[in-house]
Amino acid sequence: MLRFILTRVSLVIPTFLGITFLTFILIRLVPGDPIEVRTGERGIAPERLAELRHEMGLDRPLWHQFLDYVGNVLHGDFGLSLITHNSVLREFLTLFPATLELALCAMLFATLVGLPAGILAAVKRGSLFDHGVMGLSLTGYSMPIFWWGLLLILFFSVGLGWTPVSGRLDLVYYVEPATGFMLIDTLMVGDYEAFRSALGHLVLPTIVLGTVPLAVVARMTRSAMLEVLGEDYIRTARAKGLADGRVIGMHALRNALIPVVTVIGLQVGTLLGGAILTETIFSWPGVGKWLIESINRRDYPALQGGVLLIATSVILVNLLVDVLYGVLNPRIRHAR
Amino acid sequence: MSAEFSTNAEPATPEPIAVSRPPHPLTEFWYHFRQNKGALGGLVVIALIALIAIFAGVIAPHDPDIQYRDAILTPPVWQDGGSWSYILGTDDIGRDMLSRLMYGARLSMMIGMIVVTLSLAVGLGLGLLAGFFGGMTDVLIMRAMDILLALPSLLLAVVVAAILGPGLVNAMLAVSVVVIPHYARLTRAAVLAEVNKDYVVASRVAGAGPLRLMLIVVLPNCLAPLIVQATLGFSTAILDAAALGFLGLGAQPPTPEWGTMLASSLQFLQRAPWVVTWPGIAILVTVLAFNLLGDGLRDALDPKLKR
Repeated sequence: MLRFILTRVSLVIPTFLGITFLTFILIRLVPGDPIEVRTGERGIAPERLAELRHEMGLDRPLWHQFLDYVGNVLHGDFGLSLITHNSVLREFLTLFPATLELALCAMLFATLVGLPAGILAAVKRGSLFDHGVMGLSLTGYSMPIFWWGLLLILFFSVGLGWTPVSGRLDLVYYVEPATGFMLIDTLMVGDYEAFRSALGHLVLPTIVLGTVPLAVVARMTRSAMLEVLGEDYIRTARAKGLADGRVIGMHALRNALIPVVTVIGLQVGTLLGGAILTETIFSWPGVGKWLIESINRRDYPALQGGVLLIATSVILVNLLVDVLYGVLNPRIRHAR
Repeated sequence: MSAEFSTNAEPATPEPIAVSRPPHPLTEFWYHFRQNKGALGGLVVIALIALIAIFAGVIAPHDPDIQYRDAILTPPVWQDGGSWSYILGTDDIGRDMLSRLMYGARLSMMIGMIVVTLSLAVGLGLGLLAGFFGGMTDVLIMRAMDILLALPSLLLAVVVAAILGPGLVNAMLAVSVVVIPHYARLTRAAVLAEVNKDYVVASRVAGAGPLRLMLIVVLPNCLAPLIVQATLGFSTAILDAAALGFLGLGAQPPTPEWGTMLASSLQFLQRAPWVVTWPGIAILVTVLAFNLLGDGLRDALDPKLKR
């Protein structure tokens, strides 16, 4: 078991280094010298420029700069934002819980709706329900989610006035962030009005972000169930007279879940990065929106650090899923 | 929608015709393909959109860039105040929506083609190299691909587009980079499955060089999954390019790219919903058609891929 975990962890290290290298190189590709970009049109004396370049280590060879960068990153130093002059790491950490909360809710939504829909579609294969679920899931999979979000806002927020248009919480409430998860924080202080407001703000973004994973989960569940339902042991179970519900729930579903769980796990990582569009539409104060704002403000250190941090969290989530999967499924653990 | 014809997949040969000759692969392919109504529908829609794209200059009722100052935010023809000269209405500076959508189809098809060609060419090359030479080449290439895959695709595209600077060409480059690993992995897997088969060994023994082995002997037998992936690649390309356009990192405003059109008329969402509705529907229908076609191709081309 320990050996399995260690192998997985060791596989992550080159990926992490590679991504560090990628972000390092990508920022170098930005046209213009980082110092000249900062001084702007005022210009700068050549001596002062050389001095600053030396201070920032820009006069060293590229490989040396890269090693410096990796060293800084490993010490938790992701640089300072050009605009706010705050530590990029701190800005990221204050915003990350919002993104994580949204991503988890979206995944929960996708699983709670997608799993039963997929199972039912497989059991009633070829029925109207099956065709409906498959048609809808392909539509969801093809949906430009930025447009989907706008439609939902137009209908539910503007038209019916059921849900707020943007943000995480109405301005009248203030909750001291403890966990950073608004739903938990509001409950912890016992402010149920604020909790309802937070929940209301979450509904539409959750649906929008969860649409693509929902489609993926429904399709995956259906095809996994179909495969399992054709197996001999299902026929055996039916032949010995087990009730339908028991055959499907106990014998088929358990085996069909194996690929589905993997897909769900991998989607969490994708969602963390995919939140860019959803957060932009709903002005959700998470890392995705922050990243787009950094781009628009040409805040390259924030962009560089932000991408590296998001990528790292995605890698870590995937690693966690991998390890959990090995714990749950001995066949994976012992496979070479 | 894939498993429906797993039961009737066997009688591929029409019964009365000579037993000795199997049907031409294309005939067999078409036999399987046309049973999938969704895929056929997708093909028809794509053909229509392609026709619109090609003949946009002829069939569009107006110039997509001309601003009709007296017809700003005209609603579609079936709403009050609509007019037949602007069937789908006009946008916030009086440009005809239908014409802009038609020219947008041209852009989207072009984006799809360029992105798929670029990423397929690079991914195919890398995959072939990795699969054929193995060893260090394989490890280096596939590790690099894993790194690209570890980043969420839209995030990577956003970063690349931000660094290259906003614009349609850069957006296409960004989207291409993101999907290269998919092609590389598929090609490598297909090559590895083929490379030790007898026919490859035979031509190697007969003296075929590595280039001939790669491109003429092995490649044609690896094509099925690549064709499917390339079709699905169209939808990813169109969707991601539109998303970049929406974020302001893709095609820039006067260009009638669907995502850009959506973003530039956002503030009129409430007053004139049609300026936001049409580009979205255009994206959805196109992407859906390509996904349907890709699914159908997967089922028809490769029984092993059938899900």
